[in-house]
Amino acid sequence: MTAGSAAAPRARIAFDHVSVAFASARGTMRVVDDVSYEIRDREFVAVIGPSGCGKTTMMNIVAGFMQPTAGRVLLDGRPVPGPGPDRGVMFQEYGVFPWLSVRDNIAFGLTLRANRVTGAERREIVDRYMRLMGLAEFADAWPKTLSGGMRQRLALARAYAVRPEFLLMDEPFGALDAQLKLLIEAELMRLWQAARQTILYVTHDLHEAIVMADWVVVFSARPARIRAIQPIDIPRPRDLTDTRFLPKFRELHETLWELLRPETNHPGAAA
Amino acid sequence: MTLAMIPQGEYEELALAERTRHRSRQRRIRLIRLVLLAGIVGLWQWAAGRVIDQSWLSSPSEIAARLWGWTLDGTLPYNSWITLQEMGIGFLIGASTGIVAGIALGLSETVGDTLHPFVLAVYSLPKVAMGPLFILWFGIDMQMKIALSAITVFFLVFWNAYAGVRQSDQELIDTVRMMGASRLQLIVKIIVPGTLAWIYSGLKLSVPYALIGAIVGEIIAANRGLGYLIAYSAGNFDTAGVIGALLVLMAISVVLNMIIGHSERRAFRWQTTRES
Repeated sequence: MTAGSAAAPRARIAFDHVSVAFASARGTMRVVDDVSYEIRDREFVAVIGPSGCGKTTMMNIVAGFMQPTAGRVLLDGRPVPGPGPDRGVMFQEYGVFPWLSVRDNIAFGLTLRANRVTGAERREIVDRYMRLMGLAEFADAWPKTLSGGMRQRLALARAYAVRPEFLLMDEPFGALDAQLKLLIEAELMRLWQAARQTILYVTHDLHEAIVMADWVVVFSARPARIRAIQPIDIPRPRDLTDTRFLPKFRELHETLWELLRPETNHPGAAA
Repeated sequence: MTLAMIPQGEYEELALAERTRHRSRQRRIRLIRLVLLAGIVGLWQWAAGRVIDQSWLSSPSEIAARLWGWTLDGTLPYNSWITLQEMGIGFLIGASTGIVAGIALGLSETVGDTLHPFVLAVYSLPKVAMGPLFILWFGIDMQMKIALSAITVFFLVFWNAYAGVRQSDQELIDTVRMMGASRLQLIVKIIVPGTLAWIYSGLKLSVPYALIGAIVGEIIAANRGLGYLIAYSAGNFDTAGVIGALLVLMAISVVLNMIIGHSERRAFRWQTTRES
């Protein structure tokens, strides 16, 4: 299944009949069931579904942390190698190093051999992202002294600093309150409009998915099957606050909400 | 009342008053402690020989005299130094092997899970009970106390390092793996710093145990050391000597804990909130 129009540029991330089963003491548990879809270059794709449905599992496969039980996941046409700096990941918990200052946190990825740059370049990149994320005055602070929102900005800056081609985000702002969430989503949009990574964004927040994504993949409860692939045809650039009041938003929200309801409520919905 | 409502000059005055109040409270507490201590020692001195038999609790003056005498004839420095060496060497050996083994076993899940019950079995053995075995192995000189001290410390540090590595933040590890870190970089830059707090609490916990190892070893069999001094004094019904040696032991323990606490605060600046 391919989303969107027919004249598709090549897929950057492709799920090809992917199934995942976990072995446990009581037998095997099917978590992902025959999932196929493709994400093209520079697309922002949101993945939604009931919690525990296997969304994170699929993201972990793209990240290279695990292998599908059946089917394959292709990255630019080739099976996913192990984890690598071409893909940046961001999780819900504050993925920052508590023992490094803000500056050193952002610089961390740039000191690894995989993406080493010269000292001058590193300073420039770090300074730029500190400025972009409003962290400049906290350059030498420990993460512990930052608020939750600031720490997620830091995590975002660190992910961006190594300039990945893909961003894999697993409910990155799920722990923030609504207001902070809106602010940092706007930051993410700004960064993405400028750099245009291909983004796979796992969430269970419908609002978030609709206001940010190009299209949304809706999964069923476990085992995850594709319920629907819903293009979000709201023009960009979108104002994250205003978008929520558009009739189109309400319409999409209703459609997706219907799809997310338990299977028993609407038998004909399986994709 | 919020800070914004107070004019700047007034705020500084208030802050100053608050600081002064805090300091005078600290002074008062210190003074009360001294009075309490003096009261206890005075009561003890008064009660000794009047209410309580001298041979039970001795008396502060007698203990002071004994400690002074031991200091003059070198008994106290000599035996304290022996005990300190035993515990120090034991601590170093136990701590270093504990850290290395804990991290190594924590890193290798299969090896760690395989060996877990064995380590647990040895751990659950009261270390004191190994004293006689260590006498067979090392004789009754310092090595045996060092061994007893080291094995006690080893397990405390080992468990902490092991648990610390096992509880490393998986999301942090995944993030760093994605950034292209090698396994060595992962261990050096993420797992070890993340485990340091655990190791430190293990080290802190094990200082008094290192002392226990050395002292128990000396009480079991020795001809020098503070434990020996305690056992020897007790053997001669010298209550003043026993309590005197215990007080020295207490002092050593307190000083060691203070040193450890201080170094911990230095190493973990990133854990405490800092106002800027």
